[in-house]
Amino acid sequence: MQRVLILFAHPRLENSRINSRLVRAVPRADNFTFHDLYDNYPDFNIDIELEKQLLLDHDVVVWHHPFYWYSSPPILKQWIDMVLEYGWAYGTGGEKLKGKVIFNAITTGGNNDAYCPEGYNCFTITDFLRPFEQTARLCNMDYLPPFAVMGTHRMKDAEIEKAAADYGNLLGMVGNGGFEPDKLRALKFLNDFPRTGA
Amino acid sequence: MAAADFLSQATVYLAAAVICVPIAKRLGLGSVLGYLIAGMLIGPYAFGFLGEEGEDLMHFAEFGVVIMLFIIGLELEPQKLWRLRKQILGVGMSQVLVTAAIIFGACLALGLIWQSALTVALALALSSTAIVLQTLAEKNLMDSEGGRNSFAVLLFQDIAVIPILAILPLLAFRSVASDEGSKTILEGLPLGLQTVAVLGAVALIVLAGRYLIVPGLRAIARARLRELFTAAALLIVVSIALLMQAVGLSPALGTFLGGVILANSEYKHELESDLDPIKGLLLGLFFIAVGASIDFDLIAANPLLVVSLTAALMAVKFAVLFGIGRFFNLLTAQNFLFAFALAQAGEFAFVIFSFAAQLGIASSETLGLGISVVALSMTVTPLLFIVNEKLIQPRLCDGTPKEDKPADAIEEKNKVIIAGFGHFGSTVGRFLRANGVEATFLDNDPDRVNLLRKLGFKVYYGDATRPDFLLSAGADDAEIFVSAIDDPERNYALVETLQKFFPHLELMMRANNRYDAYEFIEMGLGNIYRESLDTSVRLGVDVLRKLGGGAYTSYRAGQQFLKRDEAAMGELAEHRHDMKAYISEARARIELQEELMEKDMEDKAREQDHAWDSEPLVRGFGAGE
Repeated sequence: MQRVLILFAHPRLENSRINSRLVRAVPRADNFTFHDLYDNYPDFNIDIELEKQLLLDHDVVVWHHPFYWYSSPPILKQWIDMVLEYGWAYGTGGEKLKGKVIFNAITTGGNNDAYCPEGYNCFTITDFLRPFEQTARLCNMDYLPPFAVMGTHRMKDAEIEKAAADYGNLLGMVGNGGFEPDKLRALKFLNDFPRTGA
Repeated sequence: MAAADFLSQATVYLAAAVICVPIAKRLGLGSVLGYLIAGMLIGPYAFGFLGEEGEDLMHFAEFGVVIMLFIIGLELEPQKLWRLRKQILGVGMSQVLVTAAIIFGACLALGLIWQSALTVALALALSSTAIVLQTLAEKNLMDSEGGRNSFAVLLFQDIAVIPILAILPLLAFRSVASDEGSKTILEGLPLGLQTVAVLGAVALIVLAGRYLIVPGLRAIARARLRELFTAAALLIVVSIALLMQAVGLSPALGTFLGGVILANSEYKHELESDLDPIKGLLLGLFFIAVGASIDFDLIAANPLLVVSLTAALMAVKFAVLFGIGRFFNLLTAQNFLFAFALAQAGEFAFVIFSFAAQLGIASSETLGLGISVVALSMTVTPLLFIVNEKLIQPRLCDGTPKEDKPADAIEEKNKVIIAGFGHFGSTVGRFLRANGVEATFLDNDPDRVNLLRKLGFKVYYGDATRPDFLLSAGADDAEIFVSAIDDPERNYALVETLQKFFPHLELMMRANNRYDAYEFIEMGLGNIYRESLDTSVRLGVDVLRKLGGGAYTSYRAGQQFLKRDEAAMGELAEHRHDMKAYISEARARIELQEELMEKDMEDKAREQDHAWDSEPLVRGFGAGE
């Protein structure tokens, strides 16, 4: 059993089509904590101690956010700046997050074709997520490939339902501890995780 | 004194002061020199308005010194006085002893008998509390190292006068039939009982200050009659002076002690500002009397003698002071200030001389000469301050670091003054204190002041719309003035006073509502805080959230609303005079605001600054792919 913390950052969840559906897919179990940053800190005044305690209380962290301008909405950057303190999360004596698993769960407007050297976004999602990857690495965390729902601009309702189901299944598997980090790390996207009992 | 006589005399003094002092100040000579010159002009040797009564006048006006020491005591909390003990005993005592010894030797060398020489030496060793403190205060030098040491020496001299007056009769050749100097109720008592009585009087002042005066002032403040408060303040000073005289102590010393006792009370600034004009007038009168007492006939008869004696006296005093200053590690610039400040002889010399004359210790020529020398040295003092300021200090300033230590300043000086310590002001104050900013609080509700002081807040009782009270609360040195007063009328009066007398202050105003705020805008103020605005918007934001609105969206809506409301405020204020325009304008404003708010919640186009899956964007990108 793994305790999973979903750090969710969407400035306007009430108007979102995809993310509001994804959020509903988060398992409602005791080992899952859904934490909406914009809802808790509309004034960006992040409660550092509370956030640190949440991190300590969980084994897996999910940075769940729409992919805005090749990055996260600003409150997640604010969260990283404020919470991941020197001497706590990284640097001398900063080993509180050591060994915890972390990954991004993102939604992008463009589809995967746009995210390649030939596409209009020129770089891959993996490239764009490097800052998150390195942030996790500096904190001695185990960074996994992202879960990405792509091409949301043109998504049909059925596709949204499938993406939500995938997300729910992924989280369920992670929460059960039924995964081998090494195998997952080899994937490009967590969307491709081995379905039937790893 | 006949009434007409009184009126004509008052006219002469006041006119002389009103004419001479502003001119002297304009010329950069300071008010003290202005009064002295006024005295010389109306004295017997110039226009002759003032004759023999000058001496009586001087005795009367000396009461100004008594009030001044009370006020200085108010500024000096006991713990600060305790910190000055080294200067008072060390610097003060060495100054009096060394100076007196040298002058004693010089007088003996000049052929005076030793009794006269000792009297003259003791008299001339003392400096002029009135001139020095007045000038230091006027030049804002009380808080400097040199100013503090000067004050310490003067305080010691005040104490030293008592034994000096006590030993004079022992030097007398003949016993005095009716002496004025020691007419106390203690006479005839054995020495032990006298000591007990003196200590008892001091204890009485301390106890009365704690348990009688403060509750009394509270009751008087509640009556809200300003002149009654002034009367009470005067009563305190006069009765302490009377008590001190009765047991043979210096009234100035007694009132100083009384002041120190009350320095921690909430009425400190109010007492100060009530007594300050009276002190100023009496001191002015005193300086006029000193100016008038200069015997120009005597000087004219022996100009060389008087001038050279004065110069010699001041040179000796200066040298001793400078040496002591060096010994006690004063920095050179401060040492010059210290030595120049105290180089004159003072008003105590007049007292000692007149007592000595009654006792027949010294010849009348010696004493006449002495009085002229004293008066001349007092007159020269303001000039010496100018010499020090203009010629000496500029040369020393280069490379000399500023040695002002704010922690040791005599008065508590905060950058922020908050008027009104109700719910609003106290919240502002608590917030500032939580962030390490100490503020000076002013409030005019005696009960509240009393309560808050018990809780450990530094709150002062007084009417914040009075310039003198503001001044003694430190408005000159403050940077920000917060008005948390809820009564608009009092707020307007306060703004007018502050703009007139303290234009350097940044004003931050609490406004009750929109209309209140319009008034402030018209007065040219910018920092206006409507007490009803932020809280109501915050409540509204929470309503939106409880109705299911997104937290961040609601928050931003609130912030936007505040911003637009503040902007509309400024525009509306312009149209205020024309009421008709105002009403229609206000309605238009409200409509506009509702419109804008609706727009904010409904306009889908606005979503694109939040979410990529907004419709126009989807349409645009969708078409492109």
